[in-house]
Amino acid sequence: MAGRVAVQVDEALLRSLTPAVIGILVRRGADFAAAEDAVQGSLLEALRVWPDAPPRDPKPWLVKVAWRKFIDATRADASRRRREERVEAEPSPGAGGATDDTLQLYFLCAHPSLTPASAVALTLRAVGGLTTRQIAQAYLVPEATMAQRISRAKRTVADVRFDQNGDVATVVRVLYLVFNEGYSGDVDLAAEAIRLTRQLTTLTDHPEVAGLLALMLLHHARRAARTRPDGSLVPLVDQDRSRWDTALIAEGVDVLQTALARDRLGEFQAQAAIAALHADAPRAEETDWVQIVEWYDELVRLTDSPIARLNRAVAVGEADGPQAGLRALVGLDTALPRYTAVSAYLHERSGDLATAARLYVDAAAAASNLAERDHLTRQAARLNAALQG
Amino acid sequence: MAKYLLLKHYRGAPPAVNDVPMDRWTPEEISDHIQYMRDFAAQLESTGEYVDGQALAAEGTWVRYDGEGRPPVTDGPFAETKDLIAGWMVIDVDSYDRALELAGQLSAAPGAGGEPIHEWLEIRPFMHEPPSVTD
Repeated sequence: MAGRVAVQVDEALLRSLTPAVIGILVRRGADFAAAEDAVQGSLLEALRVWPDAPPRDPKPWLVKVAWRKFIDATRADASRRRREERVEAEPSPGAGGATDDTLQLYFLCAHPSLTPASAVALTLRAVGGLTTRQIAQAYLVPEATMAQRISRAKRTVADVRFDQNGDVATVVRVLYLVFNEGYSGDVDLAAEAIRLTRQLTTLTDHPEVAGLLALMLLHHARRAARTRPDGSLVPLVDQDRSRWDTALIAEGVDVLQTALARDRLGEFQAQAAIAALHADAPRAEETDWVQIVEWYDELVRLTDSPIARLNRAVAVGEADGPQAGLRALVGLDTALPRYTAVSAYLHERSGDLATAARLYVDAAAAASNLAERDHLTRQAARLNAALQG
Repeated sequence: MAKYLLLKHYRGAPPAVNDVPMDRWTPEEISDHIQYMRDFAAQLESTGEYVDGQALAAEGTWVRYDGEGRPPVTDGPFAETKDLIAGWMVIDVDSYDRALELAGQLSAAPGAGGEPIHEWLEIRPFMHEPPSVTD
């Protein structure tokens, strides 16, 4: 067992070193795709070798092994001359240190020319240091499929200069996707997203990066209370708040306040503020819904997103009563995900149980995940039993 | 990313445009059809969108529990069953539109006369995991 723990510690270290080692290879003249391949090879070799023979200093070990793999791959390549010429012609990456390298990697892996799925996969591999197999398992696709997705992503960004600054907003969206979507396999994607976002806050002081980190921490804090042991969902109002992680909440609130003080509001800061207000309520009845509505107003102003308007209607229903909530739904597209579920909830609150029961049935049929479908079906069953009894 | 099931029916789908039973095709047409399906799967693998593909035998059996300590009851196959699934492909794509595009390509597999079958395929989204952000 002790051996197993040691291996896991090594893996965390390995993953944190990955972007810096890729940066070093690129600085030595390797192109990104080849450097990334070589570093992935060195990670796999480390996973094999380190349990029995841990290196004294892991980073130089990785650099040495990765560089050797790069040289071997270059030699093995039939078009070796062409590649060598290209390496010669590569512009010098310029001054700057490991910090810049890691930030450049975030930009490159979230490049706007990539599809969201490719950006997610490439980020998890090159910045996160996950193996292709781990990423494939996390997204429930065959390893060969994920390998192809990553190769294509690398080809797509092959002509992007490594030392080019990108848009933080694209990076933030990719990290949000990692946090919000995925399956609960061996790799904890939510925890990984938090690690990568936390690391990004040390590389840039963009307030939306801090806003995203705060949002993640505040939602992650509720994770233990969000599902029952059988996997069924516990709605916010019913959660055992003593199971919320107060350390994560404190950190999230702290990160958010620092970001808000910069006075450059963005959608992730606004979403984090809403989560912080929920976290601040010792009991569901003490939730400051009036302030939450105000933050939803900000969110709607910032994003003009129909989803934000839909969530705002729920908050309005709590702040000003269910009729006001139903009025806030007027004009929204009824085909929006969760529209019917929200409508059912507001009708139940307004006392129209028959309509609510019917809408819960419709909402369950339209649900896009099993836990939500089962939850909505139970709501319908509960109301139907009450209506008959 | 979202996973979709592309479902192919032996029976139950609306009639295809080029609706000639496979046993009336020439052997070359059958080979071409099979090759098209292989190429399609290989293309999906190369784009990183392939998850799974399986074909089912035409005949199945109905089974149900028959009480404690008793063997399950079996019945069928029922000749009158309207909906008979022939097989599927599972894809993992960025959008619903991309899923439609791929289903369209799959439906264009060649049949009699080497012409596209224009076969109707059913496309069904997979359930996701619940999202982490819930407010």
